[in-house]
Amino acid sequence: MKYIDEFRNRGIIKKVSRRIFEMMPENEIRLMEVCGTHTQNFHRFGLDKLLPDNLRLIAGPGCPVCVSPQEYIDKAIQLSKDANTVILTFGDMLRVPGTSASLLKQRAKGADVRIVYSAWDSLKLARENPAKRLIFLAVGFEATASTLALTLQAAKKEGLNNFFFFTALKLIPPAMKALVSDPELKIDGFLCPGHVSAIIGSQPYEFIPKKYKIACCVAGFEPMDILEGIYFLLYQIVHNKPGVKNQYTRVVKRAGNPSAKAIIRKAFKVTNASWRGLGEIAGSGLSLREEFSGFDIEKTMPHDIKRKTLNIKQQNCRCGEVIKGIIQPLQCPLFKNTCSPQEPYGPCMVSSEGACNVYYRYK
Amino acid sequence: MCLGIPMKVVKVKGDFSLVKTGGLTRQVNIQMLPGVKAGDYVIVHAGFAIEIVDREAARETLSLFDKIDGF
Repeated sequence: MKYIDEFRNRGIIKKVSRRIFEMMPENEIRLMEVCGTHTQNFHRFGLDKLLPDNLRLIAGPGCPVCVSPQEYIDKAIQLSKDANTVILTFGDMLRVPGTSASLLKQRAKGADVRIVYSAWDSLKLARENPAKRLIFLAVGFEATASTLALTLQAAKKEGLNNFFFFTALKLIPPAMKALVSDPELKIDGFLCPGHVSAIIGSQPYEFIPKKYKIACCVAGFEPMDILEGIYFLLYQIVHNKPGVKNQYTRVVKRAGNPSAKAIIRKAFKVTNASWRGLGEIAGSGLSLREEFSGFDIEKTMPHDIKRKTLNIKQQNCRCGEVIKGIIQPLQCPLFKNTCSPQEPYGPCMVSSEGACNVYYRYK
Repeated sequence: MCLGIPMKVVKVKGDFSLVKTGGLTRQVNIQMLPGVKAGDYVIVHAGFAIEIVDREAARETLSLFDKIDGF
């Protein structure tokens, strides 16, 4: 078993789709897929065509690029202006517009901005460039945090003194709590992320059905996984039995990966974080622990890195509402007009996992 | 970001392992997976193996699809 083709069986996909149609009530059901990769695969595999019209899938806040606040991008751009600095980043961050520029535009002007596939690659770059200051843009959720924690520990062990993190790491369950607490939002069920849950487990979502009576299902990324996840959510909703179902048992355990959780705890502590669209959410971010403060760019050069909220220039951009699921990308006046993947106006159009980018390509 | 494609462990060496899927071979960090061994399938996230794919659980999920009418 290679765990790919087995989960792309057309016959079974049709069967699950049929069951969803049979079970579907007449009223509208709103499900949020929290993870950007779910959004992407849902449309890539054309699953939207296999579901009833009144079953609405709403893209959630699980695209790290999309939820990075504008002031973070602006600060990263500011850091890139220093001739002795190398900015290291995952690819998508490059094109996110700040208030007046993007890292891509900075690079065209001569800034040293490099894309890395893994945080681990930055260790090698730090060794190769001892006279430079390398700053890694640490964005992502729990799964990425675990990879950054190991990178940090290795950097400390090696005694690298020219490598820094500029952190905007975020935690998914507190964001989901903020979403369900928002009276503007009507969500009947959450399709919970796969990789984040591999790390934290399915247990951290249990407060959602318990306290808010909202269905949850952790699902994998293959088409059968996603459809079955939707089926399980619908089953809970129709039978009025909200709980946390785990569809992705081959990867996700209730307690997650204990080693990975310990690795994260060793490097990071929980802090408040600012989300684009959602604002500041208590306990929804990670910052470096004291013993790693030498790697924290905000601690090592605090005078010129102080983050401040800027006047948001992009007033017409409605990414904030897209992230919260209040509007669909097509309802934004900029969508396909002045905002496209080639010239993105807001972050949801930048990342291949961003709701607007996915809708642009597949709708 | 979360590609979720399981990759097969070919060789384990210290904190790293060679993994492959199709024609693609990569070196990934395995510090989060004490006990991973050659032949296992792992989920890789940004250059790090984050979980071993549980074969029995996968079988159960697949067999559940046959029973999905019976809920």
